[in-house]
Amino acid sequence: MTDVLVVAELSLGKIRKTTLSAIAFAKTVAEGTSGEFDILVIGDGAEDAADEVTGFGARKVLTAAIEGDYRCEAYAPTVAAVGKEYGVLVACASTYGKDLMPRVAAKLGAGVASDISKVDIDGGELVYTRPMYAGNVIGSLKVTTDVQVVTVRQSEFEPAAESGGSSDTEEVDVVEADVASRVESLGIEVVQSERPDLSEADVVVSGGRSLKSAENFEKVLEPLVDALGAAMGASRAAVDAGYVPNELQVGQTGKVVAPKLYIAVGISGAIQHLAGMKGSKVIVAINKDKEAPIAQVADYFLVADLFDAVPALTAAVKKAKG
Amino acid sequence: MKILVPIKRVADPANANKVKVSGATVTHDGLEWVMNPFDEWALETALRLTENAADKTRVGEIVVVSIGPKEAADTIREALGKGAERGILVEGSDAELDSHVVAQVLAKIVEKEQPDLVLMGKQSADGDSNVAGTKLAETLDWPILNYVSHVETADGGKTLTLKRELDVGVQTLKVTGPAVLTVSDRILKPGTVKNGVTPASFEYADLGDLNSRLSNLKNIMAARKKPLDETTIAALGVEPARVDTYVGFKLPAGRSGNTTYLESVDDLVAKLQTEAKVL
Repeated sequence: MTDVLVVAELSLGKIRKTTLSAIAFAKTVAEGTSGEFDILVIGDGAEDAADEVTGFGARKVLTAAIEGDYRCEAYAPTVAAVGKEYGVLVACASTYGKDLMPRVAAKLGAGVASDISKVDIDGGELVYTRPMYAGNVIGSLKVTTDVQVVTVRQSEFEPAAESGGSSDTEEVDVVEADVASRVESLGIEVVQSERPDLSEADVVVSGGRSLKSAENFEKVLEPLVDALGAAMGASRAAVDAGYVPNELQVGQTGKVVAPKLYIAVGISGAIQHLAGMKGSKVIVAINKDKEAPIAQVADYFLVADLFDAVPALTAAVKKAKG
Repeated sequence: MKILVPIKRVADPANANKVKVSGATVTHDGLEWVMNPFDEWALETALRLTENAADKTRVGEIVVVSIGPKEAADTIREALGKGAERGILVEGSDAELDSHVVAQVLAKIVEKEQPDLVLMGKQSADGDSNVAGTKLAETLDWPILNYVSHVETADGGKTLTLKRELDVGVQTLKVTGPAVLTVSDRILKPGTVKNGVTPASFEYADLGDLNSRLSNLKNIMAARKKPLDETTIAALGVEPARVDTYVGFKLPAGRSGNTTYLESVDDLVAKLQTEAKVL
C-alpha cells in the first residue's frame, strides 16, 4: 500500500496542466498498491486554485498559501513536512518539479527518480523507467528509501481526467526556512501565447537556425504553425541565436514532446534535439540536406528549400482544412 | 571570489547513440571520455567571473573537484589548463555514486574550501537527472539557483543578480551568497556574465569557443604544475550508501519504418493525408 502526494504546479494563481500528468502517475501507483493519493496545492493563490483539482479522486486536497513568486527555498520545507507521511511524492518534471523536488528529497533523505517515462509495480515495489544519455539508454531504477521522490515526464503520462466527486480541502501549516530570505524574486516574465502549449500539443512545428532570423520565424514559420493549430518549437541553435525565447526549445535540455505530428523545419537533428522529439508519432523533416541526421528519425523527408516549401505547405494545409 | 566547480567525466555525449548496455551496466567501449558539457559551461562561467577579461588577469580562485576513477584526473587537468587554480580528485567508482552520495561528498569539500559560490552543470549528459546541485544546496542550507542564464556578481560574489530560465518564462532574482548555481544553455552568450571587474565594454566571443583557452600552450604547461590533491570518499567521512539502484538498462526501441524521401509539397500533403492520416 503506497500513499502518494502530488505536488501541484501553479502559475499566475492557476493550476498548470503539468499537474495532471503527476496525478495520472499518482492514480496508477495508488490503484496498483491499494493506496490513496492526496494533492498539495502550494503557492500564491493556492486556496482558490485548489478547487481546480478536487474532481480527480484525491482523498484530500491540501493547501499552503505562500505569497509571491515561486522560490524553491520557500516551498520545500512545507512540502517536506507534509510529504514525510507518504510513500511517494510526485511532481511533473517541468523546471518547477526538477527545481523543487530534489530539495524536498534532500530534506527527507530520500532518493529521487527524475524525469521518469513509466512506472511499474512489481510485487508492491515500484520500478521506474527513465531515459538517460539523451534518450539513448533506458534505465530501470528502484529507489531504496522509505520516502521516494519522483518527477514524471509530461509527454509520457497522459493527463488525468476528472473522475467526478469532490475531494475535501484542508489547509496545512506553512513551514518557513531562513535560507529563503536570501533569495528575492524580482519577477517572472511569464510568456503567454494563444497557441497550444508545446508539451501538450497534438502538432508541433519546430524551426532551426536555417530560418536565419526572428523575423523569418514570424513570417515563414508561424503561418504554418497557425494553419495547423500547432505549437511552435525550436532547436537549441535557434534559441541561442535569439530567434525565439527559451521556453520553445525542444531537446535534452528543453521540452520533451511527443505529439501526433512533429514537423522539423531546417533542423539538422543534433543528438540533443532528437532526445526531445523522437517519441513523436509521425515525424516530418523539411531540409535541403538529405544527409542531415534528422533523417534517422524522420518518417517523411521533404528535400527542399524551406523558404519555398513552408509557404507552399501552409497554403496546402489551409486548402485541405477548408 | 572563490568558486568551486564540480566536474564529471562522461562518455562523449556527441556519440551517446553508440553506448551499449549489458544487464545492469552501461558500457562505453571505444568512446572518448570528455568533460560533461554542462559542467564545461559552468567552468567557463566561473572563469569569466574570476578574471579581468580585458587584461587577461585572474582576480579570483577556482577549485575544480571531480569524483570518479583515477582517470578523472585528466578531466581536472583540462580544467586547470583552461585557467582553474587547483584541482581535487575524490576517488570513487562510478557504480557507488548517485546524486545523494555526490551531494554528501561535495558538501564536505565545500566545508573545507569555503567557496563563495558553487557553479555546476544542471545535469550530467549521461544520467540526465538534474538532482545533485539542488541536493547539495539543501545539504549546505544554501540557496539553489537552477538554469541560470545571466549572472552579475557584486561584493566579491556575496551579492548576485540573476536571471534563470523556467518553463513559464524568465525569472529575475537577487541572491545573497554563498549559493549553488547551475547554468542554462544560454549562460555563455555575450553579455550574460558580469563580475564588475571586466570592463562593461568587453565582449566575449559567442558560444562554441570553449576550447580557445586550451590553445594557449603556456596555460597547458602551467596546468601540469598546478596542485591536484587526491582524496577518497571514505577519507572525507562519507559513506558511499546509494539511495537508489539501477536494476537494468536497455537500448530504446528504434523507430519503425524507413524514411520516405519526397520532392514536392503536394506529395508530402498526400502522404500525411492518406498514409499517416494526420492532416
